[in-house]
Amino acid sequence: MFKKVLVANRGEIALRVLRACKEMDIPTVAVYSEADEKSLHVRFADENVCIGPPMSAKSYLNAERIIKAAVKTGADAVHPGYGYLAESEAFAAACEDRGLVFIGPTPRNLQLAGDKITAKKIVEEAGVPVVPSSPGGVSEQEEALRLGNEMGYPVMIKASGGGGGRGIRVCRNEEELLEEFAVARSEARAAFGNDEVYIEKFVIRPRHIEFQVLADRHGNVIHLGERECTIQRRYQKLIEESPSPKLTPELRKRMGEAAVTAARSAGYFNAGTVEFLLDRDDNFYFMEINARIQVEHPVTELVTGVDLVKEQIRLAGGEALIYSFDDLQTRGWAIECRINAENPDMDFMPSPGTVETYRPPGGFGVRLDTHLYQGYELPIYYDSLIAKLITHDLTREGAIRIMKRALGEFRVEPLKTTIPLYLRVMEDPDFLKGDFDTSYIHRFVPEEDDEEEDEEDDEEEDD
Amino acid sequence: MSEEQQGGKRVEVRAPMSGVFYRKPAPDQPPYVEVGARVKKKQVLGLLETMKVFQKIKSPAKGKIVEIVPEDETPLKDNDLIFVIETE
Repeated sequence: MFKKVLVANRGEIALRVLRACKEMDIPTVAVYSEADEKSLHVRFADENVCIGPPMSAKSYLNAERIIKAAVKTGADAVHPGYGYLAESEAFAAACEDRGLVFIGPTPRNLQLAGDKITAKKIVEEAGVPVVPSSPGGVSEQEEALRLGNEMGYPVMIKASGGGGGRGIRVCRNEEELLEEFAVARSEARAAFGNDEVYIEKFVIRPRHIEFQVLADRHGNVIHLGERECTIQRRYQKLIEESPSPKLTPELRKRMGEAAVTAARSAGYFNAGTVEFLLDRDDNFYFMEINARIQVEHPVTELVTGVDLVKEQIRLAGGEALIYSFDDLQTRGWAIECRINAENPDMDFMPSPGTVETYRPPGGFGVRLDTHLYQGYELPIYYDSLIAKLITHDLTREGAIRIMKRALGEFRVEPLKTTIPLYLRVMEDPDFLKGDFDTSYIHRFVPEEDDEEEDEEDDEEEDD
Repeated sequence: MSEEQQGGKRVEVRAPMSGVFYRKPAPDQPPYVEVGARVKKKQVLGLLETMKVFQKIKSPAKGKIVEIVPEDETPLKDNDLIFVIETE
């Protein structure tokens, strides 16, 4: 096993990795920015190295400084956590060049994970369903109509030059497709300087279901069941659970096999997540592979009993997977709430400050992954995730009851947090039934306003 | 807040919360405003980044920028003075 592991991250995930190393008797090195001198990860590690100024670009994203710190301290492996350099092909390759083991996927995996179109093509060829879409740009109306009829409505017309939700038109039938097609092209030309559009099936009110996978260097690929990650806001997950209230054993088996096929066809190594959309008729479509340990990994750990971070380290060290999903006796239900220092009543604006009162929840079925402590001052430079509260019980109802009780105990004053929002969700009849889709959270908080209104006001003021 | 010369009123723009102040929309672009610039009400004067969320600092009034207190990329505390505008 490794002589010494450098943890190239901060916050709760740095603690998570340091703890795993400690249990494996592997000495550790923490790296930190000038803003994190008083952060817990610095105190938890055996050694620590300051890697630069507060701004992430100059510290936690500074690959050269981090590699130097590893070489200087004699580390032989680097764990990147999530975010920052975790999915940087260049960083993973640079580690290898300097004789450091990157605890994660290969540079080639990272490159493919970043190239979503190629990834989709590869897994589709392996027989995994993907969201149907035109193979390339569509310029003729007849072709658009033919594709629409093949895929079934609704479909989306998407501008090839768009992205992040821009340049998309949804058409519910043939008439709308005819109407929108020409307009979409002119609009794309005006907005993105490129009138190429393509047609993709629009999945109505989907659920977001992902499968944890593990792969060793000996050709074994397994999955560890699903995580239900449907409750999101602006593509940021808020509440996750495992298993999903929507999956039958039969569907789990099919999706799990598809996840393993996807990872295998991509030549995937180490821990990863295969993301799917699930529609209302239980059709699932591959979205992408997330090539990292994920924020929500603890829900899988609690129901399978597998420590995913230790598995990452073990696999990176060349060890083999000697079990499959069917060997694991999954047990009960786990739910995670991501506690962010954000004000849900004010469009989720961040709420920086010093933690004056800190009272963490505890008791049966409660796991809290956090870097908070009494007197900790949240740096303004980093993410607003301050804690992951995970509860586990034999049933979903039991896990929800524990979650309600634990959220009620949790005090992080005077910061504004997402705790009150989750308390409301835990009382909601549809949540209790497991009946929700990706738009669910807007029942509790308004959809964010566009700023365009402001701009209109401007004109008047000027006159 | 004192009355300035030529009857212009001094209006202060302060940080709505702590965060890093940016004078430019992107590192390779020119600043939103310089001292002496005439600004409209609601014109963007700078950005404030708090825990990876960016918010626009907008002018509360029509007038002229007479002072820009912090340098680009400076961390600010809640209520720190950023701009002084003289109304017309």
